[in-house]
Amino acid sequence: MAAELASTRAVSRTFEPVRAPLLIPTWVIIGFFLVAPVLMMLAYSFLTKEFRGGVIWEFSLAAYDQFIFDRGLFGDEPPQIEWTYIVIFVRSIIQAGVATLLCLIIGFPTAYFIATRPRATRSMWLFLVTVPYWVNLLIRTVSMKFLIRDNGPLNEALLGLGVINEPIALINTDFAVQLGLFYSYLPFMVLPIYASVERYDFALSEAAADLYANRWTILRRVILPIVRPGIVAGCILVFVPSLGAFLAPDLLGGAKNFLIGSLIEEQFKGNAGNWPFGAAASMILLSLVLIALFIYARRQARRSAQAL
Amino acid sequence: MRYMLKAGLAALALTFAVSAAQAQEKLSIYHWFEYIPQELLDKFSAETGIEVTMDTFDSNEAMLASLKAGKLGSYDVAVPGDYMVEIMIGEGMLDTVADGELANFANIEQQWLDVPFDPGRKHSIPYQWGSTSFSVNRDVYQGDINDTAIVYDPPDELKGKINVLDAQGEVMLLASLHLGIPQCSTDREQLKALDALLQAAKPHWASFNSDGAKDVLVSGDAAVGMIWNGFGAKARAEGANIEYAYPRQGYVVWMDNVVLLKDAPNRASAIKFMDFLLEPENIAAVTNYARYAAGVKGVTPHLDPELASQPESVPPADAPAGTFVAVCDQATQEVYDTMWTRLKK
Repeated sequence: MAAELASTRAVSRTFEPVRAPLLIPTWVIIGFFLVAPVLMMLAYSFLTKEFRGGVIWEFSLAAYDQFIFDRGLFGDEPPQIEWTYIVIFVRSIIQAGVATLLCLIIGFPTAYFIATRPRATRSMWLFLVTVPYWVNLLIRTVSMKFLIRDNGPLNEALLGLGVINEPIALINTDFAVQLGLFYSYLPFMVLPIYASVERYDFALSEAAADLYANRWTILRRVILPIVRPGIVAGCILVFVPSLGAFLAPDLLGGAKNFLIGSLIEEQFKGNAGNWPFGAAASMILLSLVLIALFIYARRQARRSAQAL
Repeated sequence: MRYMLKAGLAALALTFAVSAAQAQEKLSIYHWFEYIPQELLDKFSAETGIEVTMDTFDSNEAMLASLKAGKLGSYDVAVPGDYMVEIMIGEGMLDTVADGELANFANIEQQWLDVPFDPGRKHSIPYQWGSTSFSVNRDVYQGDINDTAIVYDPPDELKGKINVLDAQGEVMLLASLHLGIPQCSTDREQLKALDALLQAAKPHWASFNSDGAKDVLVSGDAAVGMIWNGFGAKARAEGANIEYAYPRQGYVVWMDNVVLLKDAPNRASAIKFMDFLLEPENIAAVTNYARYAAGVKGVTPHLDPELASQPESVPPADAPAGTFVAVCDQATQEVYDTMWTRLKK
């Protein structure tokens, strides 16, 4: 990691004089697609909600107040801590965490397997990993719903084989949501890990074996530390979109219990029509993710400083 | 499902948009999902040469939200339910159809002409009307189903097998009927009771789903499904052994209406389309497809004869009259909105 960081700093002299102009497209894209929307969201989260959707341009902390305090059905009881949204956030983090873990458990061996195939067949394996993803996410999620429903093929097969006596209730459960998220984002785990493992020099494993390390030790002490950036990248790529997903909770979870994504969607597209609250929930989610990534980056920087 | 429909329609709309780039008359419809036969749209295009594009929604509230979020001005007509027409008039989102602008205006049935949600029919024409209650799978439950308790206080064998429409107005009204309290109540005890009822019922519900309301009944995922009568009839036609209930506490009636939207990009096409839908033959095609009822004179000869005896359309003699969803004032509605948020969380 440290070596990578150092190498990116050494900018080629060839482009030195034109560097600023060449960066304009990047700045335009970051400004237009990243900074502007986030600033808009930030502004909206401090506005007054308009009845039945929309905002009134008056400063208000009502959205954040609603997130933190429960004032009862009529809004005039003494404020208590509102657990609802905290629970939704925790539930979402757990769901995304389980999905990430599932992806890692399946994704790491898969990536390792592909990276250790002969060079000629690797691209075919990678190709196979990506094939299901040519189909729209929505259609894949709906198919998953058909597969796991009470009288769907999975339950029918298990019943037919005599493994179970009555259908397992999978649809409309938390597990169905985790399964859907896992299936949706698996390649985001496989591909970065593959990229790391592929660059790994297997001579290092042989050297370790020569020094009497057993397979487990080689994996733990040699391979994992080296491919760690790939694993971390994969986990972030799976975890972050899982946190905001609303298709899987809606279709596989029965839209009964909000996750962060569906909570926010409801504020803009559903009955609630509370834009400032939707914006505030988005800002809180964004801040949490940023803080987590920032802490991780700090720790990473300290670690590489120690390594040097 | 709604995403699939949307994605599909978006793709369709795109193809249409590209092929119709040669300055042709257009019409942009914002409609409920699965509510108009494609053949009828084709017929309209063939008769008028107008290219039709359509997006869909799955609840009145979602339609309002989308229009308020900036879509007003991109559609010509929409198809809101009764109370939503009233809300949209109040929000100033509808254009006025001038007297005499619709050649077939006289075809509207007398009882749907001067309606409370659009006095004098200045902004809308009838599309379809029907009722909302629930259908019950008769293989699973054989008892009396004409009771709102089936949904709100279900017997043990139905617990966890109930799908509820993801539609605030109708879920709340049916719950109010169950408790025998008025709509738009400001009585705190009544509101608290309503809130408590919904909170207690939720654990027994498997899902909130509108556009899948038919599928969950056909597939057997749900044994009870809150549903619109015609959609329930379609579920039964697709093989579900279900019966539509007429609860003795009451049920919801509604009328969907074609409205002329403000800032319609193709106002002339919209008027033509409204006239087209006031032709008995055309609106009968919608009724035959959606299994509800039209509000236009002279449709009977064009209707599928089975509709006349369809149990979803013929309430038993002892059934009470249905109730329309009422529009509450802001302060009252906000309490109901809070209740809905607390329910869905």
